[in-house]
Amino acid sequence: MSRLKSTLGIVAIAFMTLTAVSCKDSNKEQDRTDGNHSEMNSGEDHSKMNHDNGDGHHDGEKKEMAMGSDGSPQAVLNDYFNLKDALVADDNAKAKELGAVIALSFGNLDVSNYTDSQKTELTDIIEDAVEHAEHISESDIDHQREHFKVLSKDVTDMVAITGTKNTLYQQFCPMYDGGSAWLSLSKDIKNPYYGSKMLNCGEVQKEIN
Amino acid sequence: MRIVKTIAIILLVAFVGIQFIPTERNQSSIVPATDFMRVNNVPETIQKKLQVSCYDCHSNNTQYPWYNKIQPAAWFLEDHIKEGKAELNFSEWDSLSNRRKKSKLRSIIKQIESGEMPLHSYTLIHKDAIFTKEEVVEMNKFITQLKDSL
Repeated sequence: MSRLKSTLGIVAIAFMTLTAVSCKDSNKEQDRTDGNHSEMNSGEDHSKMNHDNGDGHHDGEKKEMAMGSDGSPQAVLNDYFNLKDALVADDNAKAKELGAVIALSFGNLDVSNYTDSQKTELTDIIEDAVEHAEHISESDIDHQREHFKVLSKDVTDMVAITGTKNTLYQQFCPMYDGGSAWLSLSKDIKNPYYGSKMLNCGEVQKEIN
Repeated sequence: MRIVKTIAIILLVAFVGIQFIPTERNQSSIVPATDFMRVNNVPETIQKKLQVSCYDCHSNNTQYPWYNKIQPAAWFLEDHIKEGKAELNFSEWDSLSNRRKKSKLRSIIKQIESGEMPLHSYTLIHKDAIFTKEEVVEMNKFITQLKDSL
């Protein structure tokens, strides 16, 4: 009798373990789907959200995703400059936050008012930029700077299509990674790739607008 | 003593039990037209290295190790493969735009150079996946060339 009891107990516990394990898995799935509706911060959710957006079906979802971003190129630029300033200040934590912010504003970018070829290129830029921005949101500062380099190229290419109301300065540091550019609102050089290590390394390469 | 025995039995039963939970298999017998090897002119040594060191997690076809069907190892593998393919999938290489290809190539170089890839948990078992210094140089030369040609 006691033997039967312990066997029963074992089977019960094994069953519970199994259930617990499979529940854990399905919970994960659940989180993932929920994340698409609310504004979660995990990278995976962003990429899904932004992807939808990049493809152009954003009208209905805009409200849900609005996080201070209005879908304009100006919003992307503002977030970009904030991110740049965080890197200039060697602020890893802030750059992480701002990486997530610019991933959203890029994802929200409204491409409906452009020609087809511009749309294609913008969608491409968005997809690339979102990925780099997401990496920035979860990396150490060295990685952030690597990704910032490509993000800068994406933003520059975006501006070439969308234009901007401000005068921008394309600046260039020949030392970082075989030469790297970034955009700034001011003529003064404040290097986001080196921060305090070499704050003034670089030169203005081009004025945009 | 009885308790030890009971616990051992419970663990055993749980271990057997989890074997019945299915996992997703990442295997495909076709090499799609979008595959990195098919759209690029890749030298044989590089092909081999990519195949051995990268393709298990970064393509649609994994050469599974012998323990691939034993839980919980299978979950661990499944997770890594999913994550790896989301980041970069060589099988679908040509579906990327040139901008994205360049981005990926740049990341490939950085990851290999810094030794972040292949993962340590992978090279622990796949000793031949480890990049020697010469192989890093050779790979980076090839990838850089490819990137500049885009």
